[in-house]
Parts: sequence; structure tokens; C-alpha cells
Amino acid sequence: MPIQAVNDFVIRFANVNGSGSASANLMFARSILRMGTPIAPRNIFPSNIQGLPTWYEVRVSADGRLGARGGTDVMVAMNPQTFDADVASIEPGGYLVYDSSRPIQASRLRDDVVALGVPLTEICAREYADPKQRQLFKNVAYVGALAALLDIEIGVIERLIDEQFKGKARLVEPNLRALRLGYDDAKARFACPLGVRVRRADAVGDRILVDGNSAAGLGAVYGGATVCAWYPITPSTSLVEAFARNCARLRVDRATGEKRYAIVQAEDEIASIGMVVGAGWNGARAFTATSGPGISLMQEFFGLAYFAEIPAVVFDVQRGGPSTGMPTRTQQSDVLACAFASHGDTKHVLLFPDGPGEAFEFGALAFDFAERLQTPVFVMLDLDIGMNAHLSEPFRWDDKRKFDRGKVMSFADLERGREFGRYLDVDGDGIPWRTIPGAHPTRGAYFTRGSSRDRYARYTEEGGPYVDNMERLNRKFDTARSLLPRPRLRKARRPTRAGVIHYGSTAASMDEALDLLADENTHVDALRIRAFPFGPEVGEFIAAHERVFVVEQNRDAQLRTLLMTDLGVDAAQLVPILHYDGTPITARFIHREIAARTRRVAAPRTEETAA
Amino acid sequence: MTYLAKPKFHHPALEVNALGLTHRDYEGAISTLCAGCGHDSISAAIVRACFELSLPPHRVAKLSGIGCSSKTPAYMLGQSHGFNSVHGRMPSVLTGASLANRDILYLGVSGDGDTASIGFGQFAHAMRRGVDMVYIVENNGVYGLTKGQFSATSDKGSKSKKGVDNPDTALDLAALAVQLGASFVARSFSGDKGQLVPLIKAAFEHRGAAFIDVVSPCVSFNNHEGSTKSFDYVREHNLALNALDFISGKPPIEIDSAGGDETITLHDGSAIRLHRLDGEHDRRDKSAALALLERRRARGEVVTGLIYLNDDAINLHQRLNTTQTPLNALSEADLCPGSKALEAINASLR
Repeated sequence: MPIQAVNDFVIRFANVNGSGSASANLMFARSILRMGTPIAPRNIFPSNIQGLPTWYEVRVSADGRLGARGGTDVMVAMNPQTFDADVASIEPGGYLVYDSSRPIQASRLRDDVVALGVPLTEICAREYADPKQRQLFKNVAYVGALAALLDIEIGVIERLIDEQFKGKARLVEPNLRALRLGYDDAKARFACPLGVRVRRADAVGDRILVDGNSAAGLGAVYGGATVCAWYPITPSTSLVEAFARNCARLRVDRATGEKRYAIVQAEDEIASIGMVVGAGWNGARAFTATSGPGISLMQEFFGLAYFAEIPAVVFDVQRGGPSTGMPTRTQQSDVLACAFASHGDTKHVLLFPDGPGEAFEFGALAFDFAERLQTPVFVMLDLDIGMNAHLSEPFRWDDKRKFDRGKVMSFADLERGREFGRYLDVDGDGIPWRTIPGAHPTRGAYFTRGSSRDRYARYTEEGGPYVDNMERLNRKFDTARSLLPRPRLRKARRPTRAGVIHYGSTAASMDEALDLLADENTHVDALRIRAFPFGPEVGEFIAAHERVFVVEQNRDAQLRTLLMTDLGVDAAQLVPILHYDGTPITARFIHREIAARTRRVAAPRTEETAA
Repeated sequence: MTYLAKPKFHHPALEVNALGLTHRDYEGAISTLCAGCGHDSISAAIVRACFELSLPPHRVAKLSGIGCSSKTPAYMLGQSHGFNSVHGRMPSVLTGASLANRDILYLGVSGDGDTASIGFGQFAHAMRRGVDMVYIVENNGVYGLTKGQFSATSDKGSKSKKGVDNPDTALDLAALAVQLGASFVARSFSGDKGQLVPLIKAAFEHRGAAFIDVVSPCVSFNNHEGSTKSFDYVREHNLALNALDFISGKPPIEIDSAGGDETITLHDGSAIRLHRLDGEHDRRDKSAALALLERRRARGEVVTGLIYLNDDAINLHQRLNTTQTPLNALSEADLCPGSKALEAINASLR
């Protein structure tokens, strides 16, 4: 029996990298969004510019389930290289859309999958002379065929084409024609629509479709970043591009053309963070964006910035490691590398946004934290958040909001004769006052160094002042606990002794998994961590539960280690659930893993409670 | 070793500059380098140059990497902010600082280990970007703090204090700076204050990447016979290209002139008067500068003086077209586009 589903399915496009499929696929995805149903698109792409296989997946979910689901209901198999594997991956009862211009042996198809051959190459060869056009319009033609098969309003796609090529009439017409060719062919060839289909709904609201890197780059603009130094590395590059794009639009003086920002592509990641540290020391809001290998290269500077107390913001868009690892796949595997970056006793502030919404929010807030705490702040994105478009609440900004520049002594403060000790803790929060170069002709100058010094920034190798300073840095770290974004608690419908801790891009799949578990009467309280060092709620949550699952996208249970060292939690109480094959974690995976471990713990108890 | 502040008292008749400041206002803490170190002479020359230029000390920022040379910013300009950063990374830290505030003068102090080895890449890229700075390498051809290893500027065949021959070719930082795109390149000798002070002044007035390679003998590890960076060797092999007499908007500093004079007007209106001791050298000709360095090097001579100058070079801020207001002085109103712009962005994402 073919799958029957309205506004609830997963469609996957198997393409060849560099064949121009990306814009056609995005157009397909947006048409469903325009018809009022939430979508979660994801790119699965290789480290390659042209020729290797690439996939694009769209989860269509009337209920707004936006995590990766797993499995494919409709496969659009456009890559001969991966055809057999693609066919094999379709769910029983699913559908296969393929190019039937050349006959495919029946043995390569499946009895339990509906095969829908559309002669796309043939149609395009007939209509277009230019080989490049033949290739490009093949992509648009399959979108047309899908519109017929899935009952997508063709007018919606036509409008998207109009908008995309606004002002380029020359491009609009042939695209519309290609769309129509695919649409008409499928209509004539098959009984449309299929059992899987799209129906107009009103479940999107005012949400926006945006990737996390664009959101974080925009956040840096709103957060007042003026200096960006960076080195290209997947998957972080588009974050800097977003910052540059928005600055060029919003931060250039109309009259003079002068820019209220500076972006330098550095010679490497070491120079990138060096420039950020120099700019932060000199009172500008500065950031870099990188990924794991870049974090490794920056280590020495992180120690300097921690010890010399210099604000810096680092966006780490995590990818599969170690080494080059899987550079186009997602992981949460830099948690420990960032938390304890550098040599000696160091520890750093981390923020864990769950998607583009928080990537924007934290992308701006990180600069406040960095200046308030005078230390590096890491915004821990990952490839799934950063490079995939996610349906998110619209960005919001309160125009009354002021930047928190932290404890910076002004000319007036110094002129008044206010006492200045660069590393002097005057109010017990561990955060000293600083001055910016050029502040005052005769007061407030000091010598910044990575070497040990006393409260007045005077060089010393004596044990007492060194320990005094290190203890103050610990006090400052404790101050951070109450300053940073609080974790988000989701209480189960019933009281339970089972808890789960998660963070970052796991959030969407976690929500769905918790519902699936609740439907089976397995109730789990969930806490989503949003920052390190942890606030008091985290320890309280763990103490209130018998067993706490810690769900992460890395092999070594890195957040679990952090929970153990930061809070002194007993290892036995924290049960790791780990997903690290480079694909985004799915609700199915979380559900399966927690269900397998809770039947003996939480389920009987909740049944008793229910009774 | 602790931080030693200098006593504040000074002679009432000390000479004052246009700001009414004395030489003492430009000094720093007491040096902890070895007695007789060439680096201390360079610090004194920097102090003298800043005093003579009447630079407000707090408008100068001094940055360095790691090593003996990089400790020296503590021993000068006590009213200036200083930053002793990471080994070999002064150029990037200074670049960032310069981006943050274009209105401050940036002095980068480095050594031959810091610049020619670990920091070679950052040196190259700061020069090619045209970061507006004075980059001084205190070049002694040896690692002092770690006790006497060869550096990348140690001459091939020169002997270490332990009697070992250096087998590797030396880098000529001045020649490299010319090639890399520095718009002011000079070399001098720590013991030649008469030449060094005007060069430093001219470098401060230059609006671009100004590089000065200062040969600075190490009294502890590289001042023995067989070393090519010893006091005696450099004195015997020094070939002075020219002496500079620097004229800013203030009264000129007179020095005894000899040979053909030439006044160079810098684009900010200040001027350098060149005393051409070697009448052959055209300091605006890049290939001539490189050829001269190579020719003299082959003869074992150390060319000093202003080697290359390009007043019209575009510096980093000019290339980026950053606003005249320092970036670190911009406010929310300048930087944050606000909720209305955000609404438009939201609309474009639906």
C-alpha cells in the first residue's frame, strides 16, 4: 500500500554537486512554505565543488516537527551514481521519481515502491539547444513534475520564479516554460496527485526560513561588531559573508561611502584571532568565525585573552572531526576544546544556540558578555544550524536596548581621580575595570601582558599575587553563571525520575522524541543547556532526577564531562546518548535510545503514578 | 624580577618640547635587560624621537611579541598603553588595534626570532596590507632569552658563542620588507643614535607600513669574535646610505649635513631631508633598493639609512574605506540598524 499522507512526509533529492539543483530545490521547499505548511530543509553535501553526490531533503510537517526525521517517503533520484542506494533507502510504500529518458532495468526498481519515470532529459533536449540550459532546466522541470504529483499550486511556484528573477525578464520566461513542461508531462502520464500530497494550510504564521550562519552574522551586526577578522573554513564562511552582506547594506555612509566596520580576511586563523584580540583590547567589538581546526590553531591566543582579560567573540560552526574529519557533516564535538581552550588553567564562556533564532540573539548578546566579562565568548553553532535553513520565529529587536560595554573607565572617571588598578576587584564580582588606549593623557595607561602581574598590572613572578589573580579569575567565572542565558526546562506531563539534558541543534528532534515517548507513557523531564559555565538550575535538575540522559552529537560525551567537572556530578547518574555519524540527530534515534533505557526505570513508575 | 618604576624627580632645567613635556615624560620602567644591550639604545632612540616629535604619549600604543626585544616596550613611554602579546603575533594584534582606532599611533617592537622565524608570516602580511604602523625589529641574530641559539637572521658561517658555525642562509628583513610592500623601509644600528632617531621620527610621520631593521648586538650571546652582529663587526662593515634630517610641522632639528642635500615632502606635509652619502641610491626605486642591498651584502657590507620610500601607498584603513571616526567610538545609533530594518529582513525571508 503506497504511503498516504497530507502535509506530512519526507522528500529527498539526490543530485550531482554543481549541477544547479540547489536553487530549484529551494524553490520547491519554499512553495510548500508559501502554501502554509512548515518545512525543515537540509543539505547533505560533500567536500567538493563539482561532481560528487549531494542530497537535499525536505521534511514537510503539518505539526511543525522540524528536526530530522530519518527515512525518505519520496525520492527524486537524479544522480545515476547513487541511484541504487537511493532506491534502497526509500521507506516501504514510498515513491521514486526518476529520469526515464533512458530505460532502467526493472530489477533496479522495487516492488514496494511506486516508480514514477519522467523523461526529463528527453523533454529538455527537445526544448533547449544549449547544453547548459538543458541541464539547468531539467531541475526546474522536475519541480514542475513534483507540483503535479504532490498537488502543489503551480501559481505559487510561478510567483517564486518571478520574485527570484525580478527585473530579469529574460530569465523568467524560460524558467516558467520548463516548470510547465514538467508539470504537463506528469499530469498526462500519471494519476495526479499521489497518496502523498500537499494541501493549503495556515500553520506557518509569521515564521521565517533562514540558516543559522545568516542569523548569527546578522546578530553580530545588531550586537555592534565593528571588526571581523577571519579565515575561510567550512562550515563557517557563510557567517562572515552574512555579516559582510548586511554591513554593506546597513553600515555604509550614504554620502561618503565610508564604512562603519572593517573586515579582514587574515592569512590564517592565528592572525584572525590576533586581530580580534587587538581590536578587543582597543575597545572595538570584534569577532571571528571558524570551525574545529581553526579553534585548534587559535589556542595560544585564547590563553592570552583569558589571562589578560580581553573581550573576544568566536563563532565556532562545528563540523565532524578530528582533523579534517567530515568537513561537510555536522557534530557537536568542539565542546571541550572550546571550554578549556589553551594551556595552563583556562576555561571559557560558551553559548549554545538551538537554531537561527538563538543564533541571532546570542550572536548579538555574545558581545555584551565578552565586554562585561572581559574574556573570550564562544558561540557554539554547528553545521546543521549554520548551513541549513530552519523555520524560525521572526527576528526581534528592542530599539531601547543599549550595548553593555562593561567596566570601562572613561576620561571623566580618570580625571576625577578614580582609583585605577587594571586587575583590582573593587566590587567582589571578580571583574576589574579597564581603560582603552588613549583614554587620558596621564592616567589609566597600563601594560597588558600574558605574564603574571599584580592587581596594578605590574609584572611579578611571586606566588601570592599569581594565586590572588587566578582566584579572582575563578570569581569572575562564577559571576558568569548568573549572567548567561538560563537553561530551558520542559517538564513531562507526569512526575518522573528520568531526565534528559541536551543542547544546540538537538532541540527540535528532542521535542518530537519527548512527545513520541510520552505517547508510550514514558515521561522524561528535559533541560536544554544554553550556556557554560552552568547556572544553579543545572545542578538542581540533575539532583532532582535518578538518572539523567545526556544527549549529544559527539563520540566522547563531551558535555557530560563538562557537567561532571563543573558540577561534581557522579558519573553513574549521567547516561550518555550519542549520535555522531555526521548526520543531524533524529527524533527516531533519540526516541529509540531513551525508550530502550527507560523501560526499567521511568516507565513502571509513571504507570504507577498513572494508576 | 619585579617591575621597577623610575623615580619621578628630574632636573628643573630639563629641556621641554612643544607639549611642555620633558624627556622623562616619555620614559618607562627601568630596563631589566643585560647592561650594555643594544635594545636599550633603541628604546632610548624611540623615547628621543617621540619627545622631539612632541607626540602626546597617550596617543601612542606600543605592542610587541615575545623575547628580549619584546620586553622593551615596558622600558619606554610609560604613559602609553602597551601590549606584550604572543610570540610572533604582534603584527596581527597591532592590525586589530589599528582597525579599532585609526587615530592612535602604533609602534610595534619585535626581534629577529619574533619576526624572522615564528612570526614571519604575520610580518609579511602586515607589510603587504599596509598597516599604518612603525615596525621596529631589534635584530641581534640570536635568541637571547633562551640563551644563544641562532636565529633566522644569523649570517651563514657566523659562529655562536659555543663555537658552532651557522649552516643556514640569513634572511634580510629589510630586503624582504621592500618586496612585501612596506612603504617605508630603513635599516640602522643601535649604536648610531644620530641616524636612528631621525629614521624613527620619519617612520612615525609616515602613514603606512614603516619598517626599520635595527642591528642590535647582544652583549651576552652575540658580541664575540666570529659573530656578524657584534659591535665591532657592524662598526667595521657599516655602509651608511644616507642620514636623515626630519622636519615636521615643528621647528626642524638641525644636524650637521654633508654631501648632497635633498628634502622629501611627505604627503602629510612634513618633510625629510636626505643627506646622500651614497649618491647612487634612489630610495623611490624598488628594484634599485633591492639590487643595492644584494650588491653590498655580497661585499659583506651592512647598508643603513632609508632604503625605500613610497609616500603614495594606500594604507589598510584607506583601502577598507573605514569611517574617519574610530570604530571603537561608534555608538548604538551608528551600529545597530534597529527594529524597522529587521522587519524588512524578516519579510525577505518568508
